[in-house]
Amino acid sequence: MNLFLVDGFYLLAAMLFVGGIKGLTRPRTAVRGNQMAAIGMLVAVVVTLLDKSILSYEWILGGVVLGSLIGTVLATRIQMTAMPQMVALLNGFGGGASLCVAAASFLGLTGADSPQGLVTLVAICVTLLIGAVTLTGSAVAFAKLQELLPGRPLGFRGIRGFNLALFAAVLALAGSLVSGSGDSNTLILLTILALVLGVTLVIPIGGADMPVVIALLNSYSGLAAAAAGFIMGNSVLVVSGALVGASGIILTRIMCVAMNRSLSGVLFGSMGEAGGPVMDADEVYAGKVKSSSPEEVSMLLESARRVVIVPGFGLAMAQAQHAVRDLADSLERRGVEVIYGLHPVAGRMPGHMNVLLAEAEVPYDKMQPMEEVNALFEQTDVAIVIGANDVTNPMAREDKGSPIYGMPILNVDKARTVVVVKRSLSPGFAGLPNPLFARDNCLMLFGDGKKAIMELTAAVNETV
Amino acid sequence: MEILILQISLFVLAVFLGVELITKVPATLHTPLMSGSNAISGITLVGALLAAGSGDGNGLWVPVLGVIAVTLATINVVGGFLVTNRMLRMFQPRKAATLTAAKGGVSHESVPG
Repeated sequence: MNLFLVDGFYLLAAMLFVGGIKGLTRPRTAVRGNQMAAIGMLVAVVVTLLDKSILSYEWILGGVVLGSLIGTVLATRIQMTAMPQMVALLNGFGGGASLCVAAASFLGLTGADSPQGLVTLVAICVTLLIGAVTLTGSAVAFAKLQELLPGRPLGFRGIRGFNLALFAAVLALAGSLVSGSGDSNTLILLTILALVLGVTLVIPIGGADMPVVIALLNSYSGLAAAAAGFIMGNSVLVVSGALVGASGIILTRIMCVAMNRSLSGVLFGSMGEAGGPVMDADEVYAGKVKSSSPEEVSMLLESARRVVIVPGFGLAMAQAQHAVRDLADSLERRGVEVIYGLHPVAGRMPGHMNVLLAEAEVPYDKMQPMEEVNALFEQTDVAIVIGANDVTNPMAREDKGSPIYGMPILNVDKARTVVVVKRSLSPGFAGLPNPLFARDNCLMLFGDGKKAIMELTAAVNETV
Repeated sequence: MEILILQISLFVLAVFLGVELITKVPATLHTPLMSGSNAISGITLVGALLAAGSGDGNGLWVPVLGVIAVTLATINVVGGFLVTNRMLRMFQPRKAATLTAAKGGVSHESVPG
């Protein structure tokens, strides 16, 4: 095909991606935006296949069929509660693909007699590094989210030094490849070290920081694609990779702001964080925690005018989104105003709770972001906290010595009554006791989230 | 060298464009935005196709790596767009959602061509 035409179609694809991402920024246009981006991908793929530099189709067909099959099964079977794992997995596949492209390009260079341009070699090394880190980093994130690995920070003393040494070694190997003194063995060693680096970078990061990690890996997978674009001299890869890289970085920043943490704090600070004198849980809770029953809470709910539901990761764990929706329906039938207060980092990825509630057909204008709902708590009769802990901990507001001090929280304690649905008094990811549970206006409803909410709904419905 | 400078300019401009586009996204859409942009990062599929299809002149490893890359990137692209579509349809008011579905909302199932 005419090279001019090929580039024209690549430009069209890039424009569709830009339009698609723009569409994804508004609920009304989001479905169309996603479809636009998909069409852009189709254009880019078809043009590439028609381009005459493709020689053997059999191999490609096999890969495409297998990949489509796996992708379709994953996308249709995955539960909405497992979206963070899914995105981590897909990120990893993208990074792995870029890694393979870089390795194949290097071997292709040495196989033929083509001149090994400096730029190409640098681009290959960058793609290898980012692709490999994305692949294994995402695999570790997936394992933590899927609970194949414990969610708490793992690692060993001196892991930061180890990572630095590893990174230096990777740079040295990349340097020898770029200077032309390396061969395919250097390439293999570089890849292995970068794969190890992906593991050791993510494994010391705790479960609560996963939203940041996923956003960052998302950015990496884009940057890897952009770097692969520099290898191939292909501008559609460069542009789309850069777009995704930028969007991932912005989301990472939004998540960090929402947790009042610096990016470097999340990435390197989680191990051995002293955090001052830790409050003793028994001391905080001693004799002050009031356990309640569904009947008692239902009486409170009936006389309420406004109820705010605050979901957290526990909602996802208990798959309680539909039960919550049923409770809200029952309350709304009685004229109670029900809104959902969503903390930006509730759950395990940005916007996780919104997706779950949308699955339960909660209208999205009832999902209120933290700033707006915080203004309402003082005129709220009952706040129901389901499986959220750290994002409601008043220590973040009041205790200057606390490790979470300064993190923006949902001020549920300002509501007239707070009902906390929780299995036990165990701490959240931050490992801190929550003084909220000991407040005068706080009632604990112990039990599995879904079961407790269903009992509550039944109790509300009984008292007609 | 000129091509390199051109590509670096493209990269920088695209980063700025990405930042401009994403900054105002409401929190509600963060998850679909991530999975959608993640699917776009599967554009590395184009590179994978070029590597896989470069013929047998490069020994065994180039086509093998190419096919692995094609498979992984296709999972990324197909899985990413489909799951994003599934999520976004939940965010739409029910009537509109069925309408989109009737119009063939999952047309990108045919992406891999």
